[in-house]
Amino acid sequence: MIELVEPIRAGDRRALARLLTAVENQREGVQAALTALYPSTGHAWVIGLTGAPGTGKSSLVTELAKAYRAQGETVAILAVDPTSPFTGGAILGDRIRMRELSGDKGVFIRSMATRGSLGGLARATRDGIRVLDAAGFDRVLVETVGAGQSEVDIVRAAYTTIVIEAPGLGDDVQAIKAGILEIADVLVVNKADRPGVDSTVRALRTMLELGHPASREQMVAHHGKSMVAEAPTTSNNHDFWLPPVIRTVATEGEGINELVAAIEAHRQYLTQADRMHQLEQQHLQMELVDRVRDELVKQLFAVLPAETLRDVVNQVQSRSLDPQTAVNQLLAFQQVNVAK
Amino acid sequence: MTAIRVLIAKPGLDGHDRGAKVIARALRDAGMEVIYTGLRQTPEMIAEAALQEDVDVVGLSILSGAHMALVPRIRQEMDSSGLQDVSLLVGGIIPDDDVKALHEMGVSAVFGPGTSTEDIVTHIRKLMDARQT
Repeated sequence: MIELVEPIRAGDRRALARLLTAVENQREGVQAALTALYPSTGHAWVIGLTGAPGTGKSSLVTELAKAYRAQGETVAILAVDPTSPFTGGAILGDRIRMRELSGDKGVFIRSMATRGSLGGLARATRDGIRVLDAAGFDRVLVETVGAGQSEVDIVRAAYTTIVIEAPGLGDDVQAIKAGILEIADVLVVNKADRPGVDSTVRALRTMLELGHPASREQMVAHHGKSMVAEAPTTSNNHDFWLPPVIRTVATEGEGINELVAAIEAHRQYLTQADRMHQLEQQHLQMELVDRVRDELVKQLFAVLPAETLRDVVNQVQSRSLDPQTAVNQLLAFQQVNVAK
Repeated sequence: MTAIRVLIAKPGLDGHDRGAKVIARALRDAGMEVIYTGLRQTPEMIAEAALQEDVDVVGLSILSGAHMALVPRIRQEMDSSGLQDVSLLVGGIIPDDDVKALHEMGVSAVFGPGTSTEDIVTHIRKLMDARQT
């Protein structure tokens, strides 16, 4: 795999595609290539986009990519779709909406299935982003279906995270799942030409302002004894970033300039003070913890005989062992064997 | 973990993609990762998508009768992108006389109406096994 590194640096798209496959398959020898490329990373601005099925993510990604291309920037897109848990197969259909981008050598689109091994997706996504970054793309857009924890993990690899909603996808509060708002740096209400858009935007704003440290501070100021503050409700000049809510109609290209500006404002905010440095540090720490955990699990099960595990499971089932004591025994088994 | 990756594309101007979708689903159910690109793909678009997605197989669905014009151009685009080792399959309404010609152009199999999806899955698996050895 190491032989792919120089061609990738020189802009060879076939070599790039091959290394991405090796990353996905966690193929032998891929680590040497990743190690060689790592010093060249840190240049691309990584944008994560997530939202429920049918909110128009792929169309929005296409419009964003077009806008960046018009600015002369190169764009890589990583489109992640779920693997069927029953068959292990997947239909990856994001390219259908990205038809307008084909033929442009400044754009590289890669579809990825979630596959679903332990922590495998988060790892493949992070490594995939790094390979695209090292290949020299200015923007890396990562698109995922917002349905569970794994998607949240993926957007944690992004610098700016965009959560996409659309009107009429059921109850407003239901649409705004716990956890999804916390990860949003920018909220988009796509399909804003549809009925119900005002109530969706209003619901999002309310949730944001209630849940946000900046607004909590305002409420204290407002309801406190002094009542001195007349703070505006959406102000980004302070130490907090209050995510803006942007209306778009991706299929018509409406609101895209506003979205590009919001992403840029967020980038500016992060590059001020020490924030970008801190964010990357947090990301790296989370990643290292993830990788260490995966590695330990792998090491344990490499030395643990299947019958030992079965035996311990039986003991837990017969109530002669409780689960946590069983775990301690399994871990002790590994320590003994690694020490050997 | 490795998965067989297949690009399913509809070149040319006919708008009937039901067959392509049925095949995509059958391959998914057989545990493959299917990249579906949609309608009206040019030979350049298909070759570039196959390259970016690093697929093992490209499946073309052609019902317009333009296969003798489209297939050689697609094969040529793929070859000049360095994708000589990517197999090309064609599905659709293809007269018997053309089937032979398509094989000579480097198409590994032609599937006409009434082909069972199992046959296609088996064919792709065989192609992959042959490549590994």
